[in-house]
Amino acid sequence: MNLDFAIFIVSALLAVSGAALMITLKNPVLAVMSMIVSLVAQAVLYIQLGALFIGAVLIIVYSGAIMVLFLFVIMLLNLRGAEDLGKQSSPVKLSLKFLFGLILFVELVFIIKTGFMHGNVEVGVLAESVNNFGSVAEVAKLLFTKYLYPFELTSILLLAAIVGAVVMSKRDDAETDTISDNNEVQS
Amino acid sequence: MELSITAYIIVAVVLFAIGTIGVLISRNIIMLFMSVELMLNAANLVLIAFSLKLNIMDGHAFVFLILTVAAAEAAVGLGMVINLYRNRETINIDRFNLLKW
Repeated sequence: MNLDFAIFIVSALLAVSGAALMITLKNPVLAVMSMIVSLVAQAVLYIQLGALFIGAVLIIVYSGAIMVLFLFVIMLLNLRGAEDLGKQSSPVKLSLKFLFGLILFVELVFIIKTGFMHGNVEVGVLAESVNNFGSVAEVAKLLFTKYLYPFELTSILLLAAIVGAVVMSKRDDAETDTISDNNEVQS
Repeated sequence: MELSITAYIIVAVVLFAIGTIGVLISRNIIMLFMSVELMLNAANLVLIAFSLKLNIMDGHAFVFLILTVAAAEAAVGLGMVINLYRNRETINIDRFNLLKW
């Protein structure tokens, strides 16, 4: 039982329990907070797998930006919890849904157990890093050479997302404003 | 006990299953979105694990691009949620059944 194994156990438990809390908690703000705990634990797992840059990006972009966006929307809509929603579906339906998730889990574990998991790799923060695996420089080298086109296309995607978000959440009374302005000018 | 890639894949599978259950049982559109984000993260964890296993870093570039797509999706999706709430005064998914036969 070495240090890496202990780190793995703690962060895996945190990631899974945070995710489980996220789907069960009624209060949306608490759900977002438990999702943040899960994401930070997942970032620890990423770093253990040698993805130093991606782990940092996960914390900055996900638990920093996206989760704050969720919190912002929850507080804008003033959601409190179960009273905003209708009644829970029947226990039969609910247990069927859990059963479906369980079946999916068993299937995926079966696939992993039967396939292509031969050989072993040294995992963990204590393991020796080969050729700066996962460092910022290596990821940047890939992004700016082999994946240059997709990388440039993400800028268009983000621009479309910005415009889309603004158009989508804009109030429609801009048109009525111009109409009333015209009326005022005419009268 | 030896720490191997399989352990990380198992964690990712558990997270993916939890995300699926969350998508199925949530009655709140925002919770549904967060469950989808969780499933995306589980897929990312698998990509990272296999790129260490195969010792090629392309998985990291893919995860970077997936993170960008997830950010764009969250921004647009939450804009849609705000618009829906303005029109229907609710975020309960069962109330949005206009396209249901």
